[in-house]
Amino acid sequence: MDWLTEPFHHEFMLRSLITGALVGFLGGFLGGFVVLRRMSLMADSLSHSLLPGLAIGFILAGGLVPGALFGGGLFAALAVALGAQLISRSSRLKEDTALGILYTVSFSSGVVLIGLFKIPVSLTHWLFGNILGLSNTDLWMIWGISLVVVPLLAALQRPLLLTLFDPTVAASQGIRVNLLNFVLMICLVLTMIASLQAIGVIMLLGLLITPAATVYLLCDSYPKMLWGGGLIGMFGSCSGLLLSYRLNLPSGACIVLMLGVIFLAAYLFSPRYGLLLRLRRARHFHDESLARWPGAAPGDSPGKRP
Amino acid sequence: MIQRASLNTAHGLAVSDLTVSYNRIPALHHIAFEVGCGQCVALLGPNGAGKSTLLKALAGLLPRETGRIAFHGREVQGATQDFAYLPQREAIDWDFPTTVRGLVEMGRYLRVGWWRGYGREDEKAVDEAIAAMQLAPLAQRQISALSGGQQQRAFLARALAQQAHVFLLDEPFTGLDKPTQDNLKQLLRSLRDQGKLIIASHHDLASVRELFDQVILLNGELIAAGPIAEAFTDANLHQTYDTPTFAGPAAHHHHHGHGHH
Repeated sequence: MDWLTEPFHHEFMLRSLITGALVGFLGGFLGGFVVLRRMSLMADSLSHSLLPGLAIGFILAGGLVPGALFGGGLFAALAVALGAQLISRSSRLKEDTALGILYTVSFSSGVVLIGLFKIPVSLTHWLFGNILGLSNTDLWMIWGISLVVVPLLAALQRPLLLTLFDPTVAASQGIRVNLLNFVLMICLVLTMIASLQAIGVIMLLGLLITPAATVYLLCDSYPKMLWGGGLIGMFGSCSGLLLSYRLNLPSGACIVLMLGVIFLAAYLFSPRYGLLLRLRRARHFHDESLARWPGAAPGDSPGKRP
Repeated sequence: MIQRASLNTAHGLAVSDLTVSYNRIPALHHIAFEVGCGQCVALLGPNGAGKSTLLKALAGLLPRETGRIAFHGREVQGATQDFAYLPQREAIDWDFPTTVRGLVEMGRYLRVGWWRGYGREDEKAVDEAIAAMQLAPLAQRQISALSGGQQQRAFLARALAQQAHVFLLDEPFTGLDKPTQDNLKQLLRSLRDQGKLIIASHHDLASVRELFDQVILLNGELIAAGPIAEAFTDANLHQTYDTPTFAGPAAHHHHHGHGHH
């Protein structure tokens, strides 16, 4: 068992594991909402649009101060999300098209700004994450964001469920659907800011939706989807980190790979919605069908059934 | 023929001077009617006549340009728990992770509050709603594993658990076979007999007499409203269906049929 406990003796590794667990839980928990609201593209767009936010924050603050990513990122992500809404409502374009345009433009402007102002950001770290390089401030920010997002969404669980299930009916019950959607989006952006340094822009979406998609294949319960997603995210993060430590590979990729393996297992072997189950069940229910007419075959007695 | 609303109906719904527009084109124009509780009311009219618009306006989903809605003598502003709007089946994500029971429990959420657990009273209301809609054997099924008629009953059960008094249904009988339609008819009648008010848009004129007690005939304007014997006349039907719907000035007429999105 030494190979399993050995990493915990290093302070940097312990720290990464705690961060990974937290970020994994946060992502997995929020992922339930992302999957049920079908906002994967939105989530991907928002994560990319954080880059110009960081650049703007850097320029305004005059350096890589801790609040720069937070403030700038929040601003840039909201600008993209609301901009996409504005374009889709004021033209014939649909929201996914508008989002696609805005986030690539936004990401490009981030790249350009970083070059122009010689901002000392490693694009590789930005894209793929660097969980070992987290500062104390980053850690505090991750804790702070988790402690806001999870309790808030847990408190709003019921109205959010009604909104996700059917926004029209929710509105007819007096729920403020637009406000809730906005809160959800803010939570999404905060979660991304928290997990960005640890696992990077490219892998973020995987951390968000893979755990929730896994639970979605396993059960038919909304609360289980949220908390179960959190647990799977946490487990995937920690095991992925250990893997990356053992094999000396990038952490973000290892985390998402672990999550991918868990998802594949659920996809194949889920006792409810697994692929194997579908294949195995594919036999004819001929006898069962005939058993509905005790005694006589249907051709003989065309009488009414209830 | 058209009953003018006086807004003092103690046991029923009173609508007066209701106008709802999309982009300044009125879909409903100064609608006024009164209907007592314990009725099944058919909302009739050609496509684009404002049937869905009226249902949504009653449910508080659309802003009113003018008009007042009163229920049990009290003025209704926006959305209310007393009214339950049942969406068309196509509007639902049937793969949503919830069972029939979970769906019916949603009807209690706003009564229970955000945090509180379910009390015995809530459990009882859910059980009763499930039993009343004959869903007990199906309660643990995921909602996509239901037939069309069962899905409709699940939504009715949710409205029952919500303790709604007015049920607003968008084309509930569309696409149902005869036995399922009869079953739904019986269930709606049992709700009616408990004093609920059922208002359902409907397009099959042949089945109106069998399924409903009252009609509201719409074509942008209210043509007639009242008991079938009085309002469901050939003359009124002719007026309702043989008049083109209004979709704005002549240039906009190709929107015909989409006025109720």
